[in-house]
Amino acid sequence: MAQRALPITTALLVAGMVILPVTAVLWRGGGPGALGPAEWAALRFTLWQAAVSAALSVALAVPVARGLARRTFPGRGTLIALMGAPFILPVIVAILGLLAVFGGSGLVNRIGAPLGVPRLDIYGYHGVILAHVFFNLPLAVRLLLQGWLDIPAERFRLAAALDAPVWRVLEWPMLRRVCPGAFAVIFVICLGSFAVALTLGGGPRATTVELAIYQAFRFDFDLGKAATLAALQLVLGLAAGAFALRVAPSGGFGIGLDRQRDRWDGATPMARAADGLWITFAAAFLLLPLLSVAVAGLPGLAQMPAEVWSAAARSLALALGATALTLALALPLLTAPGETAALLGIAVSGLVLGTGYFLLLQPIIRPGDVALPVTMLVNALMALPFVIRILRPGLESARADYGRLAAALGLSGWRLWRIVYLPRLRRPLGFAAGLTAALSMGDLGVITLFADGDNATLPLQIYRLMGSYQMEAARAAALLLLVLSLGLFWGFDRGGRGHVAA
Amino acid sequence: MLQLDHLTFRQGSFDLAADVTMSAPITALVGPSGAGKSTLLNVIAGFIPPASGRVLWRGQDITVLPPATRPVAMLFQDNNLFAHLDIGRNLALALTRKRPNEAERARIAEALARVGLQGVEGRKPAELSGGQQSRVALARVLLQARPLMLLDEPFAALGPALKHDMLDLVAEVASEKNLQVIMVSHDPQDAARIASEAAVVAEGRVDLPTPTQALLRDPPPALARYLGNG
Repeated sequence: MAQRALPITTALLVAGMVILPVTAVLWRGGGPGALGPAEWAALRFTLWQAAVSAALSVALAVPVARGLARRTFPGRGTLIALMGAPFILPVIVAILGLLAVFGGSGLVNRIGAPLGVPRLDIYGYHGVILAHVFFNLPLAVRLLLQGWLDIPAERFRLAAALDAPVWRVLEWPMLRRVCPGAFAVIFVICLGSFAVALTLGGGPRATTVELAIYQAFRFDFDLGKAATLAALQLVLGLAAGAFALRVAPSGGFGIGLDRQRDRWDGATPMARAADGLWITFAAAFLLLPLLSVAVAGLPGLAQMPAEVWSAAARSLALALGATALTLALALPLLTAPGETAALLGIAVSGLVLGTGYFLLLQPIIRPGDVALPVTMLVNALMALPFVIRILRPGLESARADYGRLAAALGLSGWRLWRIVYLPRLRRPLGFAAGLTAALSMGDLGVITLFADGDNATLPLQIYRLMGSYQMEAARAAALLLLVLSLGLFWGFDRGGRGHVAA
Repeated sequence: MLQLDHLTFRQGSFDLAADVTMSAPITALVGPSGAGKSTLLNVIAGFIPPASGRVLWRGQDITVLPPATRPVAMLFQDNNLFAHLDIGRNLALALTRKRPNEAERARIAEALARVGLQGVEGRKPAELSGGQQSRVALARVLLQARPLMLLDEPFAALGPALKHDMLDLVAEVASEKNLQVIMVSHDPQDAARIASEAAVVAEGRVDLPTPTQALLRDPPPALARYLGNG
């Protein structure tokens, strides 16, 4: 049964690569007794900021999604597509963009100061929440928009014919169904957010558990404490993951969101103006930071330090390696048990895995020497659940459509994959590869634990430039990172679409 | 000669029993939809294992053979061609796992010519009309060169005139190559057109095949109810 052996081996391998470091963390971390007041404070802040970020994202998404659901305007499709972009946007790039708009000498303060508006300070808990809303508002909008599109068109027609209040009979019941799931997903995402807290948080009032892990490594060199915190984050992640799995809506990647429904309600000038304002607000909130990264980064591009270029090359190699590794692990795992094995990775944060690998490897080898391979492995494990989620429906439909024909022609094993499945999966493969490459390119997580002087990735290099107040260079490097991440995504995704005419 | 020896298999929520021999050049399976006609073809072709009993071809037990090694070639309702491969590659798969050589390419061209197509090897299935795709699918079955051909209503999506052309073509090549055909049909006219015998599949049972014309003139109660003249 050689056909079964490969999936089973791969599933065991993936499960082992998650369970081994987790065991190391639990072994070293000790029980809940090892938690001091600082750790409890980090836990409280983590839960609080995640709840506030998720609530704000969902609450703001309601009017935006409603506007998008019932209006047509030029650029609507593009705007909705852009709402998917934060998923592949490197966190550090967004942070620099948010700093340019909301930072000390940013756009908002420069406009506000002459008008007597109090200065906005982005560092601290409000910065963390602002960044989380920036990343998750678009996701919430997409999830809610899906809810709106799932309301059958006939219901709107019926409501219009009866002159029934659409909000009360259709939209509010839908929101009550969809919002808890959207809240849960964003809550879980914000629990595990590290790079945002690293750059904008810190201090006793804005330290998340993940950031505390990093600080235990970097400032205290206390591996025991890091392991205790990692164990705490592990429990948090597993509990939240189990919770989210139960209430989560499906299809955050949903395509076809730019469909348009005929609507007869909301035709008053007031409703039009309100929708217009909300859509403009969302577009500006999303686009201004990105535009300012592009604008602010351009002048510095010419004189970027050499370290930036070498970091970029390292990141590119890392991203391509992680993509190859992810696909190699994903293809044998495109089954229901395989998906379960890969899901193990999503409940465990990258930093927890990183801590585990550090504990395992540190007695054997200098952690700095394996910074890139470990980061690549952790990136692959993190991307794996998404990739499997993307590829499985494609494989299942290829099997349903062509399984009998292939069996009749005696195609099996590698030949079956080469002749039938891989070509049929080309599009989702391109999309999945693009997603993995972009995520890995922009990841600022495990690498912060392992990297020493001369093996920084591009996101880490940008963080270091920010830390040494070389903002000009940091912005230019961020623009480079943005171009590389989006370029990788676009390139792979495009490759998957293929030359349609030929 | 196909023999279904005390065969039972699962169809939806009930079991279907078949204990019949089919030996006419073309046998039609007729009966209401959902009765298990297509499932029976899938059992014969090896895609669905039976619950019990045996499938025998010319006296040889083929019950446990994998689909590709059975003496069977089947035309499915749809997806008879890989949409991402051109016609040449699609047909080559019936002959070889490698690139087709000179002789194999000639056989492909010959099979295409037999079904009335020429020079379409470089095209993708989507570039052909529905009728042309059916012809290519039939060419694929000819190249597979199996003595038993199963038709699972492959021409259902074609218009009446095209469907009749295809059925006539099937009857022609089957008699030419001395193939036995078993076809599923929900339209008694199709059965009457080319099948000398027909077996009723209804109410959990496959009846013995009888001459089609007589069967349709004087249908048993189950078939009469389906035909709407009972």
